[in-house]
Amino acid sequence: METETTTGLEKPEAVEKWRTHLLPAGLAILVLLNLLIFMEHFGFDIVSRYYKGILILAFINIILAVSLNLINGITGLFSIGHAGFMAVGAYVSALLTLNMGRWELVSSQVQAVLQFPLVLLAGGLAAALAGLVIGIPTLRLRGEYLAIATLGFGEIIRVVALNLNITRGARGIPSIPNYTNFWWAQLFAVLTVVIIWNIVHSNHGRAMVAIREDEIAAEAMGINTTYYKVLSFTIGAFFAGVAGGLLAHHLTFISPKGFDVLKSIEILLMVVLGGLGSITGSVIAAIVLTALPEVLRFLQAYRMVIYAGTLVVLMIFRPQGFFGRAEVNLAFFKSLFRSRVEEEMKSRSEERGGNGGSA
Amino acid sequence: MALLKVEDLSLSFGGLRAVSGFNLEIKPGELVGLIGPNGAGKTTVFNILTGFYQPQEGRVFFDGTEITGLGCHRINRLGIGRTFQNIRLFNELTVLENVKIAYQYAGGYSWRHTIFRTGSYRRYEQEIAEWALSRLEILDLAGKAEEIAKNLPYGEQRRLEIARALAGRPKLLLLDEPAAGMNPQETMELLELIQWLRQEFSLTILLIEHDMSLVMKLCERILVLDYGMTIAEGSPEEIRNNPRVIEAYLGEEVS
Repeated sequence: METETTTGLEKPEAVEKWRTHLLPAGLAILVLLNLLIFMEHFGFDIVSRYYKGILILAFINIILAVSLNLINGITGLFSIGHAGFMAVGAYVSALLTLNMGRWELVSSQVQAVLQFPLVLLAGGLAAALAGLVIGIPTLRLRGEYLAIATLGFGEIIRVVALNLNITRGARGIPSIPNYTNFWWAQLFAVLTVVIIWNIVHSNHGRAMVAIREDEIAAEAMGINTTYYKVLSFTIGAFFAGVAGGLLAHHLTFISPKGFDVLKSIEILLMVVLGGLGSITGSVIAAIVLTALPEVLRFLQAYRMVIYAGTLVVLMIFRPQGFFGRAEVNLAFFKSLFRSRVEEEMKSRSEERGGNGGSA
Repeated sequence: MALLKVEDLSLSFGGLRAVSGFNLEIKPGELVGLIGPNGAGKTTVFNILTGFYQPQEGRVFFDGTEITGLGCHRINRLGIGRTFQNIRLFNELTVLENVKIAYQYAGGYSWRHTIFRTGSYRRYEQEIAEWALSRLEILDLAGKAEEIAKNLPYGEQRRLEIARALAGRPKLLLLDEPAAGMNPQETMELLELIQWLRQEFSLTILLIEHDMSLVMKLCERILVLDYGMTIAEGSPEEIRNNPRVIEAYLGEEVS
């Protein structure tokens, strides 16, 4: 039988069908949420603060998971120091916000809207710089060695934050203005997903995937593996920094405790659960893992036991994660924006179908 | 002028002298065979030429420029393509993606195009896809473009490796035991394929092979390595009758 297999793993038809409906369903829910929350401006408070808080956290987790997936899943570098980059972004952006004086020319509300993205960007850039500095010496390590090096980096950042005066040590930084709202979180999450998606589906992304598959062959095919490894690490760190900034302005309080190894592991969990190398898988896993502890709240003390148990069961029955390396079925999306390239490719392969493939 | 010129190449691993005083000159369009018993240093020579190893002594010139000490990806971009003795495909990717990756630098587009998906992005992607497909057509793999590389039969994996090497538009192609593990039928097809590729793309080829029938039929000039040293060089006929070569392969005659 010559049927098409994209992951090498047989997929039951039902799952395939489910994936086809996932994207339109997800988009519909997102649009609905936007409408519901937009109603606030007309005096209808439909979505409570509690639910909005969860949504914001979900968006932040999406940024974290997707950016870590670029490093771990796409480029195949096993990093568990993501919370470290997050911390850099969170502290830099929080301190910038707190130390930025009043601008004379505009009202304080307008100032908040203008300075927030700048501050987040600065946090992201600081994290990217940290990624660059850490990446250059450590990325010659492979597999578990790299994992331990990045683990060490995460700890260094935490300990530095614990001991510097400017970060106020274990007391943390309180009363950060609550700039992060649904709209900002959504905007940055969508931007992250779109940018990383575009990177992965370009020749730069192919170079990164080639490194994951076989570094020596990639090098022999003319790919500057060092450059792409450092780059993937830096881009991942940048978005982690942005997410850290969003979190800082959402929680309004940050301390080194929030950026420990457990946080890194939590992000890694989302990536593995969604499927290493699958961006849409990371998005869904981030949403599920943000919602799960809340959904399980009625179980009270058993909550975390069930949460952990769910993960164990999932890993036993679906070790490759929700999607493996595949993405959400984009048939729906493609039918909206069908590109010429794909049409041509399709007609070509149909033409060839009969005579090609002689074994 | 020689396309590839190697002068007094030497490399030791600890106490083992893998390659010592190796010289080689290949003119454009030549097809040269590199043979020798197991462990003679053939693959080491390939790894030095492609930049995986740095030689301790000696220099390598390609197309008029010195490439000694350059990184592998830079040497590849200058026009040296290679295949591997133990196949190294990007296993989990499709056949087409394998070839697309090798195209990378022949036609790249910038980050601006990548992130914003400009019209150039689509044009380049189309160009890359078409180029990759055309390489697959040459090696009769186009019908399998969407298959996962590791699921291909062995012979086709070997062909895919050649297709991938060709996608980088090499001037010099280094083939490391292309016929290993092939049956006689497949070997004969490979022989025709290599001859045809050489004509079609005016390629210069350096080939390591253990299958003597293939080497003798294909190569105009053969170099024999043993213990890292060139022990003979000449036409297939000369090599066949060279006592030192026979000795290296079969051992000394008992008197």
